[in-house]
This record gives sequence, C-alpha cells and structure tokens, in this order.
Amino acid sequence: MTLPDPGAWGAVLAILAMALATYLCRISGVALMAFIPLTPRVRRGLAALPGSIVVATVLPLVERLGWSAALALLAAVGSMVIRRSELLALVVGMAVVSGARALGL
Amino acid sequence: MSLEPLQPEPKPDVTLTLAGAALGLRRVSVLMPGVVVFAVAFGAAASAKGLSLFEAVLMSAVVYAGVAQLVAMELWRPEWSWGAIAGLALVTATVNARMVLQGASLQPWFRHYPGAVNGLHLFLFTDANWMIGTRYHAEGGRDLGVLVGAGVALWLVWVAATVPGYLLGALVADPRTSGIDLVMPIFFAAMIVPLWRGRRAAVPWVVAGLVALVTARLIEGYAFIIVGSLSGALVGALRDDTA
Repeated sequence: MTLPDPGAWGAVLAILAMALATYLCRISGVALMAFIPLTPRVRRGLAALPGSIVVATVLPLVERLGWSAALALLAAVGSMVIRRSELLALVVGMAVVSGARALGL
Repeated sequence: MSLEPLQPEPKPDVTLTLAGAALGLRRVSVLMPGVVVFAVAFGAAASAKGLSLFEAVLMSAVVYAGVAQLVAMELWRPEWSWGAIAGLALVTATVNARMVLQGASLQPWFRHYPGAVNGLHLFLFTDANWMIGTRYHAEGGRDLGVLVGAGVALWLVWVAATVPGYLLGALVADPRTSGIDLVMPIFFAAMIVPLWRGRRAAVPWVVAGLVALVTARLIEGYAFIIVGSLSGALVGALRDDTA
C-alpha cells in the first residue's frame, strides 16, 4: 500500500513536518533529563553547557563567514564588556560587519 | 547554583506569575530589533521562493525557528514528494538539535513544573528564550512567567514581522550584504559576557570550540554544534572542582 501523493497539500505538509521536528527538539532535552538524576557531576556538566553551546555554535560559523564576521563578533563582545546591552552589541556588530563587507573583507 | 544544599532538597519554588511575564517582556524587548530584522529577511526569502503569504505566516507560527526557516528556504521546492518532506524534517531536526541541549541545560529549573506546563511553554522555546532563561536562572530567578512572557511577545512579533518582509520582498537586500546572517551569531557571542565566571570555568568552552571547529571540517551541516557542546559539558562534568 502506498500513500497518496502529497499533491496540492505538499507545502503545508512540509511546514507541519518541520513544526513537528522542531517541537520534538524543544521538548526532548527536558524530557530526557527527567530520567537522569541531578548528581553533582551532572550539575557541573549542565553548568558548562550554556557557554559550550555558544562557543561551539559561533566559532565554526565565524570560520565559514570570514574575517568580517570575526571582527563583528569581537566588536559585539567588546561592547558587552563596556556596556552590558544586547541591543547596543547588535548595533555595533551589524555596523562593523556592514563596514567590513563594504570594504571587501 | 553552588549555594543550594544537596540534601535535604529544599522545597522548590514553583511560580508562574504575571509579574514574571512582565519582566520577561522587558528582558526580551532589547532582542526585538534583531528578531524583527530576521523575520523580515525570512518573509522576503519566502516570497522569493514562491511560498504563499499563508504558507510563510504558517511556517513562522508553527515552526517558529529562524535559522531552520531560512535553511528550509534554501531547500524549498515547488512540488513535494513524501521523501522530500521527510528530508526537510530531518534537516530541520539537525538545525534545531541545539534546542535539545538548551532544554536540557534548563531542566533543573523546569523539572519542578507539571509536564503539561512544560509541554506548552516549550512550544515557545527559542534561542532568545534560552538566553533570557539562562541569565535569569543564574541570577537566582525561578518564575517561569519570565519565559512565558518573553516567549509569547517574541512569537507575536516574529509572526507579525513575517508579513511586511513577505510583502516588501525584493526591497530587502541580500542577507549577506545587510549582515542579517550575523544576527544570531552576534547575540550568541554577546552572551559570553554575562556567562563569564573566570578562566577556569571557561576551559570546557575552549574544548567545545575546538571540537566544533574540527567537527565542522569533517561533517557537513550543523552537527558541530551538538558534538562541540557535548564535549564541553563532558569536560565540565569530569573536572574535579567543587561545583
């Protein structure tokens, strides 16, 4: 037995499939951790996780996106050190990347 | 976190208040300009790829994950087979797999709430929510209203801003020249500053970064996020300092 072709509903079904996949990602980390006791070791691992996610996400993206991206991120972090405002960091970072790309970096 | 006695377990503070939601709204407001720009970029990409306005808004409303939506536009096609739909779902899951770890990192907070409450508010869980939640929880905050308030506000803005992006379409320049591809990396990098707890605590991050760089060379796609992050968490777990 084969399913009927998605046909005219293909795009909507594709969107719903994406939604289901995303929702499963959203709940599965929380659901899986319910089976793991929060020992001091697990707590230390979880404490190291947020910074690890940030660095593991950003570094390879910088490598892919090039020098303009590296400069922009450094400027954004510097802005956060001086004045702790995410909005200012975004403005500074976007300004640096636009400038750097305009200069052909 | 280190100040919590290990036993007996203190009575957990299970709150979800309107005051918390208002605080969440304030915390997310500084991220809004970046989110609007991102949603407009998605709307423009969607119209360029031939989605109807309904489909673009539906995707923003039910998928509600910026990077995955932009990646999906790269893979979008006029005709869909079941195989292509399954393939798109798989790519979406790999792009969003970081959410599994983000959720796990906040589970010590969420675990005190009923499953149905978590199932509902996690529908609104995003990078922005994770950043706000991580910072708020580290400050000792425990009111889940903060995440709900931030999540609802962000969802409304995300869905609404998709529409002008779709309608203006061609007016929005290529995401690369306008720097939109850097909105998410900039917010992530900026997060390092409030997360900083000294050099020693940053050792797992360095490991995470190096492993991610190597993984990105070896495996296509976004697997580097998961492999790198888990390596960092493992180093953090195995080190023998008092947590």
